[in-house]
Amino acid sequence: MLSVACVVPLIAILGFIIKAGITHVNWAFLVNVEKPVGETNGGVAHALAGSMIIILMASVIAVPIGILCGVYLGENRNSKLAYWSRLCVDILQGVPSIVIGIVAYIWLVKPLGGYSAISGSIALAIMMLPIVVRSTEETLKLLPDSIREAAFALGMPFHRVILKVILPCGISGILSGVMLSVARIAGETAPLLFTAFGCQFMNIDVRKPMETLPHLIFKYAISPYNEWKDLAWGASLILLVWVLLLNFLTRLITKRWKVQL
Amino acid sequence: MESTIVKSVNYNSYFGDNHVVKNVNIEIPKNHVIAVMGPSGCGKTTFLRGINRMHELIPGATANGQILLNNEDVMAMHPIFVRLKIGMVFQRPNPFPNLSIYDNVIAGYKLNGIKLPKAERDNIVQHSLERVALWNEVKDSLNKKGTFLSGGQQQRLCIARTVAMEPEVILFDEPTSALDPISTSTVEELFHELKKNYTLIIVTHNMQQAARCSDRTAFFYMGELVEYDDTKQMFTNPKDTRTQNYITGRFS
Repeated sequence: MLSVACVVPLIAILGFIIKAGITHVNWAFLVNVEKPVGETNGGVAHALAGSMIIILMASVIAVPIGILCGVYLGENRNSKLAYWSRLCVDILQGVPSIVIGIVAYIWLVKPLGGYSAISGSIALAIMMLPIVVRSTEETLKLLPDSIREAAFALGMPFHRVILKVILPCGISGILSGVMLSVARIAGETAPLLFTAFGCQFMNIDVRKPMETLPHLIFKYAISPYNEWKDLAWGASLILLVWVLLLNFLTRLITKRWKVQL
Repeated sequence: MESTIVKSVNYNSYFGDNHVVKNVNIEIPKNHVIAVMGPSGCGKTTFLRGINRMHELIPGATANGQILLNNEDVMAMHPIFVRLKIGMVFQRPNPFPNLSIYDNVIAGYKLNGIKLPKAERDNIVQHSLERVALWNEVKDSLNKKGTFLSGGQQQRLCIARTVAMEPEVILFDEPTSALDPISTSTVEELFHELKKNYTLIIVTHNMQQAARCSDRTAFFYMGELVEYDDTKQMFTNPKDTRTQNYITGRFS
């Protein structure tokens, strides 16, 4: 019974957003950029492109660092450094996203002299890190020690054991962590408010402000104009579908690349 | 006279402050099967893992004394070189789950980045699998995952993987304790074949196994090497009362 109760909010949200947003999603909506109030056929292409670029850059920053850190934590379970790093990662996971946004503003936006997509990416990368680290660590912990021993007994040096045995065996878990972290940050608005800021035009210069889907929804939803509010519903639907697709893809990868132990 | 291949001199090992293996001196002759038996926690596995320097991988584990391989101290050699010369097979079959049967056999080369021409690889794989009497069973499914095999086959696959590296000595850590009786007897038959080319050191819980397949037996008790003799001699006429008590089943 209770499990049904968990499904109800999801179905309700999905249903509502699809109902409110579906009529506003059409080809023009996807390929046009923002239009001034009063003109029709405004779109979200600039926000879609912006979101993709910012998320891609955030992943490029966070994924390698996160996996390296996760491997370290997974392989050195009892060292002092691992204990403190693990604690820090847990705390980082708990830091509210708005705080990360403010810190990124003070550390990046102010010294760089203006809002920029890259500072937004860095803020999101900070949010991704703990998820990637912990999922990598948990995946590696689940691998039996016997595999490591087998590799060492064949005379393999440590770095090869990690690269050739441990990582390939854990690839599905690590990738699913990465995908989940991407899904997590795809909808983040708060850290972007002070960093990527937003923009009305199609912009692919990462040193300039850039629009993103969640920020566009925020901007349109609080605007007084009805046609903008409609666009916000459409954009919500796109964002929702995107995140659901990512989750679905994660499932697929986990299943497909799973190494049977 | 038979030549000694592995020799330990005043070998001690520790986990932190816990003195696990106490002053062991043993000489292991080439191309023989040596069984190491003793009750649980007597240090036999720890001693075995000291021979190819797997012991030191455990945090807090230390050792002193000497282990000589062909009169060369393994403690002074590079651990990777030691492990190429002294292979090891574990209690639970542990093929690499991400690799095919073929790649599992060749894993020691492949994962170490040693490039071999295809013909030579094929040759090593077939030869190694024949050595462990697995070739006929798997020759048509070499591309399937190693974990697809039964437990006994997996264990033979792990032996093949070790044999493929052409070591001089192979250590077996209770190799049949996770296997059913039929697989166990298949693996035991292998010992007789393998000793023509390699020296085998087998840790076992099972006294019958020690009696069945070894040429010599070492009895460990409380970290000490109590007795080391011809297997026949040991089981018919043990010199030490502790050995006698153990093989007559007064404690285990």
